[in-house]
Amino acid sequence: MVPFNILVAVCLVYVGLLFLVAFLVERRANARALPWLRSPLVYTLSLSIFCTAWTFYGAVGYAVRSGWEFMTIYLGPTLVFVGWWWVLRKLVRIGKTQRVTSIADLISSRYGKSNMLGVIVTVISVVAATPYIALQLQSVTLSFAVFASTAADGGPMPDKAATALWVAVGLALFTVLFGTRNLDSNERHLGVVTAIAVEAVVKLVALVAVGIFVVWGLAGGPADMMARIEASPLSSWDLQPGRWVGLIFLSAAAVLCLPRMFQVMVVENVDERHLATASWAFPLYLFLMCLFVLPIAVAGMDLLPPGTNPDLFVLTLPLAQGQDGLAMLAFLGGFSSATSMVIVASIALATMVSNHIVMPLWLSLRPARAVSGDVRRIVLLSRRLSIAGIVALGYAYFRLSGGSGALAAIGLISFVGAAQILPAMLGGIFWRGATRVGAVCGLLTGAGIWAYSLYLPSFGPDAVISARLMTEGPWGIGWLRPQALFGVEGMDPLIHAMFWSLVLNATAFFTGSILTFPGPVERVQGAAFVNVFDGEVSAGGWVRGAATAEDLLILSQRILGGDEALAFFEAEARMQGKAGPLPDPTPGFLGALERRLSGSVGAATAHAMIAQTVGGAAVSVEDLMAVANETAQIMEYSARLEAQSEELTRTARQLQQANEKLTRLSVQKDSFLSQVSHELRTPMTSIRAFSEILMEGDMSPEMARRHATIIHDEAIRLTRLLDDLLNLSVLENAGVQLTLGLVSLQDMIDRALVTAAQTRPERRFTIHRDPGCEALYVTTDADRLTQVFINLISNARKYCAAPEPELRIAVRQRGGRVMVDVIDNGRGIPEDSQALIFEKFARLTDETRAGGAGLGLAICREVMTALGGSIAYLPGQGGTAFRVTFPLRLQAAA
Amino acid sequence: MKRPGLPLFLQRRPYRRRRKIDAARLLPVFGAFLLLLPMLWAPPEGQGRDTGSDGLFLFLVWAGLIAVARLLAPSLTAEEHRDPGGGDG
Repeated sequence: MVPFNILVAVCLVYVGLLFLVAFLVERRANARALPWLRSPLVYTLSLSIFCTAWTFYGAVGYAVRSGWEFMTIYLGPTLVFVGWWWVLRKLVRIGKTQRVTSIADLISSRYGKSNMLGVIVTVISVVAATPYIALQLQSVTLSFAVFASTAADGGPMPDKAATALWVAVGLALFTVLFGTRNLDSNERHLGVVTAIAVEAVVKLVALVAVGIFVVWGLAGGPADMMARIEASPLSSWDLQPGRWVGLIFLSAAAVLCLPRMFQVMVVENVDERHLATASWAFPLYLFLMCLFVLPIAVAGMDLLPPGTNPDLFVLTLPLAQGQDGLAMLAFLGGFSSATSMVIVASIALATMVSNHIVMPLWLSLRPARAVSGDVRRIVLLSRRLSIAGIVALGYAYFRLSGGSGALAAIGLISFVGAAQILPAMLGGIFWRGATRVGAVCGLLTGAGIWAYSLYLPSFGPDAVISARLMTEGPWGIGWLRPQALFGVEGMDPLIHAMFWSLVLNATAFFTGSILTFPGPVERVQGAAFVNVFDGEVSAGGWVRGAATAEDLLILSQRILGGDEALAFFEAEARMQGKAGPLPDPTPGFLGALERRLSGSVGAATAHAMIAQTVGGAAVSVEDLMAVANETAQIMEYSARLEAQSEELTRTARQLQQANEKLTRLSVQKDSFLSQVSHELRTPMTSIRAFSEILMEGDMSPEMARRHATIIHDEAIRLTRLLDDLLNLSVLENAGVQLTLGLVSLQDMIDRALVTAAQTRPERRFTIHRDPGCEALYVTTDADRLTQVFINLISNARKYCAAPEPELRIAVRQRGGRVMVDVIDNGRGIPEDSQALIFEKFARLTDETRAGGAGLGLAICREVMTALGGSIAYLPGQGGTAFRVTFPLRLQAAA
Repeated sequence: MKRPGLPLFLQRRPYRRRRKIDAARLLPVFGAFLLLLPMLWAPPEGQGRDTGSDGLFLFLVWAGLIAVARLLAPSLTAEEHRDPGGGDG
């Protein structure tokens, strides 16, 4: 048996060790020499304050009573952490960007920095946490008593109340020492967090050690353990679906809403990436904590005398087996669980009480002191008093309640209270339409129902609520009975209270939100919270006020301290591009300053203090709209610029194409000029030569006539060339006169074929025609259209290089338009030349030229334009193909 | 809401990352389903539920969730600072 004195001594040594750890870490952290402290491991271990003495001792008792149901309390947080991408990631990011100091600060800051909401959340949290703190004191006291009763000769029996008092005082002292050493602008407590991490290891090791002792020491390994479970009263259990779902949901809500969890999860988070590690490591921690609970419960029921408190099996089992060392370890584990919870909870609650209740009161009572005097000292003092106050409240509850009730029951009641913050919190970070009024309505409704149907009845019959009220309802109204609201009877009281409080809470929150209009600061904050991943959204909701930078510097020095404030102002001035320590009080700067200050005193207080200095010139709805308009205008302007630049690109591309075409044409024109000179020169040369011969006169009349014929032919050739040029010029200048008439298409094609046959008459062409299709009468200028056909057919005769040349003429009618395709079986026209063939003077290669001047197709094009139609090269027909399109009935131009 | 200026299609790496995010989002949903599943199992006639097998199932699901979260976690943080989220795929 462990003498009680030694137990106390071990306890003191352990506490001293924690002091030392916290002290060393704080000192080294200032020197920034401990990188491992910023590791995800410490973050994960610090999260283990979720497992309080309730887990450490209570889980076994819970398992004895309800089988696996105890696991729901750890399955909920597992789901929340495994699904960290949904909520936790956003909470942590918001906590960082808004420098949130507590869950009350988060709610207050989201809903327009409303201090009323801060107060409501603070009160709910304190009321819900007080019994929980009492529970921790009770568990430490009980575990002391267990040792004392087994060691009758070890010394005097300790007084329960005295033990609890000493523990409470010690905890308050530790918390004050390390929780309020300095007013950190990030509200982080590295020393405390490290001490908590050490305690997390101790409690895990202790519980696992007891478990291993039970499974491998008392039973013969896992298989034997399973057999013992089968043989024990716990071999079967009862799953109540309502409680199973309800408790998983409740514990998931609690892990988000408990002030102490929010403190370690969001406020103390150093690096967002740690969350990813915690997403699997924290569930793993919970898994290990739960693994041996049932074996310990079974072994306890087996080996300990009936009537032993199952809540203390973890401790009594090793003691009864004579394992004093193991019992001591288990005791330290339980002690760690209790103390770490009290320390973090009191820091978190004290921050809330001080920022949302004490400081605003102090500021409103002595407005003059807000402008002078040292605020830092006051803030620290109020924090310390709040810590002491909260621990004292827990102690008072412990004394008054007399340490009664199963541990688990108190824990769950506290969970339901904390869960009332859930609708306002989730609504605040995911729904921009959530308003302050909605949040107030929801919180008050939920908290009211929780207190009425669960919290107050938990004090026992006739304590606060009379037994008669419980059974008959207030004034005999049956449907208002605390545990059967709206006539819902037979539900588990806890699930009943949770169900109604959360349903009505969420309903009031939603209804209040959609019926009211949020203020400007609220809307700025709403956007900043909901869209936190879209980067910096708001400037903090300030307009340039009357305050000078000097006033603001004085204010911040009193909160941040001289050096830090000056450094912050200088950095801001540098960012504005100003030399010297004082930046311009721009809205952006005011927003940054407010966030910085809110890290120390909370959003609502920081906002109020700056508003006091600036002269209340916070942003108005009109300013918001102006900012929004400005943004919209900029966006519109940039969209216009984008469209313009696209159009410019398009134009540039077109210009480039035009330029290429022009260059090619210019080259062509040059080559044509030389060609046309050549064309003109050849007949001229022969005319001159033969006329010279004629002038000599010394020849037979027959010779003379032959020479004169040559001169005549050459003159005709020249005339034809000049006619073509003139013709084209007339067509191009739209001076052409059309003679419209009703003509047969077939006749025109017949005429064209006959006329074109004079070109290279030695060639025999196979002609394919479809007389049925050609039987069309069209209103057009027959001579002009026939000229186009002649041109196309003679071109084919001239250029088609096939040994057995063929010509196909296809006619089609589509709507009011006629299409005539002229297709030969030659080589076709290369793609890069297709764009050029309709240009004047265009020729393909010199070798295929046959006396044409390169004007034929250009004339065709002009004719077809005049006839209201078009001519185009038709690729992919197995030869050179042209399509002539013209209207069936051409109207004479008015 | 469609946000202008974000690409509609992504390269292979960002695409993989988006799908991992999808997996991370669905994981708790699957987890919740599996953990609620025992409610649907009818206990044998006239007796309570079997503690041993129920416990085995719950612990297996729990371990599975931890393992999958462990697999997903590193890749979700590695590139977070390069990709601020946005479009969908």
